[in-house]
Amino acid sequence: MSAVQAVDLKRTFRTRTGLLRRTAKDVEAVRGVSFRIEPGELFGLLGPNGAGKTTTIKMLITLLLPTGGSASVLGHDVVDDVREVRRRIGYVFGGDRGLYERLSAYDNLRYFSELYGVAPREQKARIGELLELVGLTGRERERVEGYSRGMRQRLHIARGLLHDPAVLFLDEPSIGIDPVGARELRATIGLLKEQGKTVLLTTHYMFEADELCDRIAVIRSGEIVAEGTPTELKQRVPGGRVLEVETYGVPEATVASVGEVGGVRSVAMEERGQQQVLILQCEPDAEVTQGVLARLGGVRVGRVVSREPTLEDAYVELVTRA
Amino acid sequence: MERIGAVLHQQLVCYRLQLRVLSTSLFDGLLAVFFPLMFATAALLVYRIKGDPEAMQYAGLGAAIMGMWTCQGVIASSLLTRERWAGTLELLVAAPTPLSRVLVPITMALSTIGLYCVVATILWERWVFGLRLEIASWPLFVLSVLMAALTLALFGFFLSVTAVRYRTSWSLGAALEYPGWLLCGFLVPVELLPDWIHPLSWSIPTTWAMAAVRESANGGSPWADLARCAAIGLAYAVLASYLGRRLVDSARRNATLALT
Repeated sequence: MSAVQAVDLKRTFRTRTGLLRRTAKDVEAVRGVSFRIEPGELFGLLGPNGAGKTTTIKMLITLLLPTGGSASVLGHDVVDDVREVRRRIGYVFGGDRGLYERLSAYDNLRYFSELYGVAPREQKARIGELLELVGLTGRERERVEGYSRGMRQRLHIARGLLHDPAVLFLDEPSIGIDPVGARELRATIGLLKEQGKTVLLTTHYMFEADELCDRIAVIRSGEIVAEGTPTELKQRVPGGRVLEVETYGVPEATVASVGEVGGVRSVAMEERGQQQVLILQCEPDAEVTQGVLARLGGVRVGRVVSREPTLEDAYVELVTRA
Repeated sequence: MERIGAVLHQQLVCYRLQLRVLSTSLFDGLLAVFFPLMFATAALLVYRIKGDPEAMQYAGLGAAIMGMWTCQGVIASSLLTRERWAGTLELLVAAPTPLSRVLVPITMALSTIGLYCVVATILWERWVFGLRLEIASWPLFVLSVLMAALTLALFGFFLSVTAVRYRTSWSLGAALEYPGWLLCGFLVPVELLPDWIHPLSWSIPTTWAMAAVRESANGGSPWADLARCAAIGLAYAVLASYLGRRLVDSARRNATLALT
């Protein structure tokens, strides 16, 4: 039995506009998503903003009803067996919210222990274990309002694990956390994997997915466009290489014309401070550097680097493909 | 038996922690301290002009419950909206515990704040205005006040569950604040209101609680009023419990849980 299974899962939202003449519009957020997660697996769901990651997770954790298809967690249907699903899952989302600011970390955990059915005599030991796991031992009596974002995020994970769920849903847990905090968080997620938890993780950070995930599905516009191990996904950038060109103030029209250079498969632009870095997916043996620089013309150019494709390149290729 | 014990333990711990949430906010604390006293002051200053001790007794009792109505009823109606703003609403709904059992300790914590308002107002009236309320039966008076707190919590519970589905329904509670002073007969007898408003007054348990408070203070029998108050409060609780389930399902269908 799979830990999580989604079969042709769909979710349509209806939005209404206008005051007197109300017009309804249907928006398909998730359009027939199917995947399986095996017990003990760490599965990544990657995709750009608005791709349908959070909507998919919310259907799996019973907070949203699907408008089509079906899904189950540990064999329990997410529509019909709501209580059974909720007993077996933990849900952690990223950001500052979701905790009682005026309570201490310990009291927050105590409150949610009660609501998530942790037996009173087990609570103290369980909370102690989890504080140790997320590295908050010694700070548990402080009010959450004084916590850093990284500490809050680790507290969120502890909260999600209170009732020892078999399946954990982590929705962009590292969003907005500094590099040190994010590293600590990845270590915590790694520990969960070692403990045999099944984890569904959504993230925007490719190195995070590459480091942690056993398998990854890339979702774009509500549909899964690729699925496989990180290595398999990297191989989807077929035998090519990547050219990175640092530019300053490059116009969009010029970026488009760079994409037309022979040997260039696709081009994406990334803002890095004052720089715009052009990331070009190229044919394996094509010599494109001269052609690209010629197209850039008077644009100021910094470093030009050629490298092997990463998971991020595979991701960009998958989500930007028409 | 063990299950009942676990539920009671859960309700007690959640009540204690929610009371901590409510009582550790300096801003909310100041509002809870000053609002009822200011309202009581305004009411007593108006009634004092007449120089009638009976009128002062009427206003004094009304002002005490009026503070409870403001501090407890209005906050209770925005209870789930506060959870939504804090980002905890989804976690509460996703918990295996039914939403009604999540809300009861929160509303009980609010009742405790409401009871504080009554005590603070009575002391204020005595120290500042020299108004010594004549209470014929203290046990019945205390019972009536406790019933007012309990049923007001249930009424707030009813208003708050509608906010799961309708994000702005909390404003209904806020909009009821000042009309409630008239509708519940805090400062003006309900009988003086137009006939067509009476059913609305009678549908609020606090109207009957206020009547019970007056009866017990004046030496009458508050039991009939207490019975009506309890029945209406219970009806709101049952309705809220039923609506809670229906509205959570509706919120899951219409994706309104996470919206702020």
